[in-house]
Amino acid sequence: MAVGGTGTIPNRIPHRISNAENSFGDVSGKVVADFGCGCGTLGLASALLGAEYVIGIDVDSQSLEIASINAEDLELDINLVQCDINNLQWRGQTVDTVIMNPPFGTRKKGADMNFLSVALKVASQAVYSLHKTTTREHIKKTALRDFNAKSAEVICELRFDVPQLYKFHKKKEVDIAVDLWRFVPLKE
Amino acid sequence: MRLLTHNMLSCNIKGVTNGFPLRLEVEKFVEKEVEFNSDFLKNMFVKIEWKALVNAARSMGYEELPEEADSSMLDSDEFLKKFHHALLELHLEEGALICPETGRRFPVNKGIPNMLLHEDEV
Repeated sequence: MAVGGTGTIPNRIPHRISNAENSFGDVSGKVVADFGCGCGTLGLASALLGAEYVIGIDVDSQSLEIASINAEDLELDINLVQCDINNLQWRGQTVDTVIMNPPFGTRKKGADMNFLSVALKVASQAVYSLHKTTTREHIKKTALRDFNAKSAEVICELRFDVPQLYKFHKKKEVDIAVDLWRFVPLKE
Repeated sequence: MRLLTHNMLSCNIKGVTNGFPLRLEVEKFVEKEVEFNSDFLKNMFVKIEWKALVNAARSMGYEELPEEADSSMLDSDEFLKKFHHALLELHLEEGALICPETGRRFPVNKGIPNMLLHEDEV
């Protein structure tokens, strides 16, 4: 795969999604959207798992260009849209499943919650998302109470080794505990 | 951009209430063959806004879709093939999407629609 992306997605996340696919059937033959797709890792993993239609959405045109190159390299088909997830306006629950690795909101508070709120509006079957383990209770409560979720479950806990990538990263490398969630949205 | 993606997108400017469907301004379109999957098409049929699909396909010169469609047509292979072609094989490569309410133009370059908003539209 070509270079790019934030580098924060550990290699085993697509593997975890593959496990989830085996248990729930949320990907194969489905319409899957990758929110904040970056260089396309999760969307392309979904395509590899047999998603019928994959849409990758990102705010950054450079990331989308890399995602497009990665798809070509893997001979996979992916549909890309440039949009800020916060302003995403879709006609109802047209997507089956949303898969995402949202910004955790360490810098911009609540950024991951905005992604989750939008995802639970457009998905009809499931939303897979990664959030910091420290926010577990808050996520569960908010998803069920405010965000149209019928259920919210942590599938597994992972550790992210976040290298120092940006100027605002003060420490050299940080190890964070992260939950992989599966949410089921209420039907319209 | 395929027409299934188009069928989901709505104008996202704050305050716009009739932002669907976006009109297509076609500078260049391409056709790419995709494997036919009748189960997928049948699942998608109930989620699709038919009229929007018909008009979008027309703006790329594809006139084969019937004006109206109902689920009884899904038994016809001929119908499914046309639906398949319009939904998945036509790509808007260069052009724009136009908001039906405001006339705002969202450019499409290299097949990627740009739905980013200006500061005063959020």
